[in-house]
Amino acid sequence: MTVQRVKFYQTGSFAVGNRLLDPAQRSTQARMDRANSITSGHRACQGCGEALAARYVLDAASRATDGQLVVVNATGCLEVFSTPYPESAWRVPWLHSLFGNAPAVASGVAAALRARGRTEIRVIGQGGDGGTVDIGFGALSGMFERNDDVLYVCYDNQAYMNTGVQRSGATPPAARTATTPAVGPQPGNTFGQGKSAPLVAMAHEIPYVATATVAGLRDLEAKVFRAMQLRGARYLHVLVPCPLGWGSGTGETIRLGRLAVETGLFPVFEAERGEVVAVTPIRRRLPVEEYLRPQRRYAHLFDPAVRSDVIERLQAMADRNVRRFHLEGKR
Amino acid sequence: MNTPFAITLRVGSSLANKTGAWRTERPVYVDRMPPCNDACPAGENVQRWLYHAEEAGYQEAWRQIMADNPFPAVMGRVCYHPCQTACNRAQLDESVGINAVERFLGDEAIRRGWTVPVTAPPAGTRVLVVGAGPSGLSAAYHLRLRGHEVTVRDAGERAGGMMRYGIPVYRLPREVLDAEVARIEAMGVRLELGHPVTDLAAEMRDGHFDAAFLGIGAQLSHRTYLPAGDSARILDALSVLRTIADGEPPRLGRRVVVYGGGNTAMDVARSARRLGATEALVVYRRTRDRMPAQPSEVAEAEEEGVQMRWLSTIAHAGRGSITVEKMRLDDTGYPQPTGELEELAADSVVLAIGQDVDRSIVDGLAGVEVRDGVVQVGPDMMTGHAGVFAGGDMVPSDRTVTTAIGHGKRAARHIDAWLRGARPARPPRPPLATFDRLNTWYYSDAPATVRPRLEPARRVSTFDEVTGGLGESTALYEARRCLSCGNCFECDNCYGMCPDNAIVKLGPGKRFAIDYDYCKGCGICVAECPAGAIEMVPEPR
Ligand SMILES: Cc1cc2nc3c(=O)[nH]c(=O)nc-3n(C[C@H](O)[C@H](O)[C@H](O)COP(=O)(O)OP(=O)(O)OC[C@H]3O[C@@H](n4cnc5c(N)ncnc54)[C@H](O)[C@@H]3O)c2cc1C
Ligand SMILES: Cc1ncc(C[n+]2csc(CCOP(=O)(O)OP(=O)(O)O)c2C)c(N)n1
Ligand code: SF4
Ligand code: SF4
Ligand SMILES: [Mg+2]
Repeated sequence: MTVQRVKFYQTGSFAVGNRLLDPAQRSTQARMDRANSITSGHRACQGCGEALAARYVLDAASRATDGQLVVVNATGCLEVFSTPYPESAWRVPWLHSLFGNAPAVASGVAAALRARGRTEIRVIGQGGDGGTVDIGFGALSGMFERNDDVLYVCYDNQAYMNTGVQRSGATPPAARTATTPAVGPQPGNTFGQGKSAPLVAMAHEIPYVATATVAGLRDLEAKVFRAMQLRGARYLHVLVPCPLGWGSGTGETIRLGRLAVETGLFPVFEAERGEVVAVTPIRRRLPVEEYLRPQRRYAHLFDPAVRSDVIERLQAMADRNVRRFHLEGKR
Repeated sequence: MNTPFAITLRVGSSLANKTGAWRTERPVYVDRMPPCNDACPAGENVQRWLYHAEEAGYQEAWRQIMADNPFPAVMGRVCYHPCQTACNRAQLDESVGINAVERFLGDEAIRRGWTVPVTAPPAGTRVLVVGAGPSGLSAAYHLRLRGHEVTVRDAGERAGGMMRYGIPVYRLPREVLDAEVARIEAMGVRLELGHPVTDLAAEMRDGHFDAAFLGIGAQLSHRTYLPAGDSARILDALSVLRTIADGEPPRLGRRVVVYGGGNTAMDVARSARRLGATEALVVYRRTRDRMPAQPSEVAEAEEEGVQMRWLSTIAHAGRGSITVEKMRLDDTGYPQPTGELEELAADSVVLAIGQDVDRSIVDGLAGVEVRDGVVQVGPDMMTGHAGVFAGGDMVPSDRTVTTAIGHGKRAARHIDAWLRGARPARPPRPPLATFDRLNTWYYSDAPATVRPRLEPARRVSTFDEVTGGLGESTALYEARRCLSCGNCFECDNCYGMCPDNAIVKLGPGKRFAIDYDYCKGCGICVAECPAGAIEMVPEPR
């Protein structure tokens, strides 16, 4: 008789929940009593990855801290769609100041809580990629340098979505935005751009840096729990597909997050004090085309002619990630 | 707006904004027909009972099988499991070992003595069932569940039909059959054995029966002209198997030739090996791939040393030897003689070339139509004679135990309706849960479990059961390989992945509801449901 290692779940740990698992081991999102930190009625687009990721992160953080949490939000979609006056979708203590100062305000909240001896209350700063890697970058770097006790979360949809899809420092090469149109011999954003904020964060040698996507819920939750176990400056960078800005189907959000990982374009890893300590290996490696084709921001790579030259350069980026982060290791 | 100090917006006040108004399409939960259920001749809800088995709810799982099929332990041994052929998991790695889990559940029920209560109020009607084979017993069981008085009459000394007198014990131990028949009897079904029914009309009148179900099988061995010398020893397969089942095996000799290519031929050849034949040779007119026998049975026979001679016919049988003639397939695939002859040693020849129905039982019945040697029935299993229903091998059928059981079930439903003057309720058949509707990303790799089997060397010396059962942990594992095609299995993906919290989790076993006040209709739940149990439909106007 062939002996099987009895696998525990019907669906592995890939699905959100699993009725066969002990309740304590199930994901936060599977629980009936999850915090729903951001609730229904918000005005995010249909299928918004950012709204979803914010709930994933904050519900997990609420569970990890028993609800002892303050959230500071930069200007951007997440702020605008959640709080159109006089409504708020937030069910956590939440404050908003400016586009560029969320890391600084979060540092200030942490300092105030320390001054009042209330260090059991934890602080999360959050913003879009524009607010994080562009206008807020100085404040963020300062927060890292001072090792302020803040978890900063960047929801990366790879452009300034709230103001109409302008290019940001995180917009990847070849992507079309309102300010990087698909015209000329090198259409879309320039190669060499699309900076990796996680690698810059690692260079600060802060206690914890991690990347995640909205497609890897359990991985994301585990990283939030890990971050909340630690003190000091921590950085979590979450890839969040945006149907509006990427020109993708509203139901494709999770699938695109998955494809970003499985093609190698978005490496998922964890680093402590500047060193990578874990990577999420690719499960079923796919060519970058699979990820590019469903997005209209890359339509010019396929129509009117297939730009294999550009696709090859993007593939080379993915291949480099796979080598650099050892993404083809064993699960 | 009166809010506490420094608070400008009320917590969760966005609920005032009903974003459901944005929607142009809406997701709805569906239950599609899983391919396994669709393929089961007895109409078992396989996906549903596996769902219970996955969480070790073995009794619920077993009861779910019993809703359709009163023979789980027999099924787990003799069913040719078309469910597994249809199973979607085959396209991922290997199909779910449905049959092995069914056997585990059936055996568990026997071990634990689970029974089925009759809760329906007495219907006040009497039904006669002729034949205690799988079709008759299934009809009796389902009629009894609906409150009818049922009497089963069978010519044989023991119940079971071909399950007892055809299928050899090394495939179906009789304790298993006895236990499942006894459970039906314990429900109040009267079994009158040793009672051949010859005059149906008289028996119905005398016994005050309101309806009858005929399940007399195809019990006559098909005959063919075989040029043979006086001293040739020629037997028919059914009587050979029957005498073996009765414990008085016939003397077949050391070299046995079986003529035919079906399962019966395999069973005779394998039995002959167990009775001491050093050579058991199957002679079949066509090629291997045209053999009607199940490939698994052919393979097991070969493992046990049974030899096969395809494209051959028996030209003459004599004392101690036979003459075979080579055949070739013509353009239409029909075997034609070639004139090439060969003589082989043979102590006996067993003919296994098919079974016929003894139609004398319907001879005097007005309206009954017999075509192609079998009794014709409508979709309700009723013959042309009002109140007389039939099923199993005696009607058009693929002649398996499972089909017979399915016929019995269907007939019982229609007999019940006919007796009550009602139309049988038939739930609409949902569309098939095809593989392309699954999101297979979410299923982890899990290769199939293999059932233990007796070593071929040991098999040929005993009639012990060849195929073993699964232990609990392996049965559980195997059940958990099910993809739950087309039916929600509460993986929480929709609940977890809705950006608008518009999915309401109702609690274990209660699945989910969609809050259309807030669902924007993005379709993430539809795309990410592993089982394909959510569908997008246009927004009603
Ligand atoms: C050797 C062999 C092996 C097989 N193996 C398999 C297998 O592994 N899997 C599978 O699915 N199928 C198998 N089959 C086929 C399967 O056994 C039959 O399709 C099935 O048993 C048919 O059921 P039934 O109820 O129609 O009739 P039967 O099982 O033939 O039962 C008919 C019953 O009616 C009784 N009867 C007949 N005439 C009268 C009368 N006038 N009055 C009273 N009683 C009467 C008989 O005594 C008998 O008990 C096998 C068949 C054979 C011959
Ligand atoms: C100082 C300043 N400059 C510009 C703006 C306008 N503005 C508001 S949100 C935003 C873009 C936000 O982009 P990002 O941070 O990526 O968040 P997203 O909307 O994509 O989630 C801009 C440019 C502003 N509010 N303040
Ligand atoms: S523009 Fe993109 S990020 Fe902003 S609400 Fe719409 S989907 Fe979400
Ligand atoms: S995976 Fe499960 S539900 Fe799907 S066909 Fe196979 S047994 Fe049936
Ligand atoms: Mg952005």
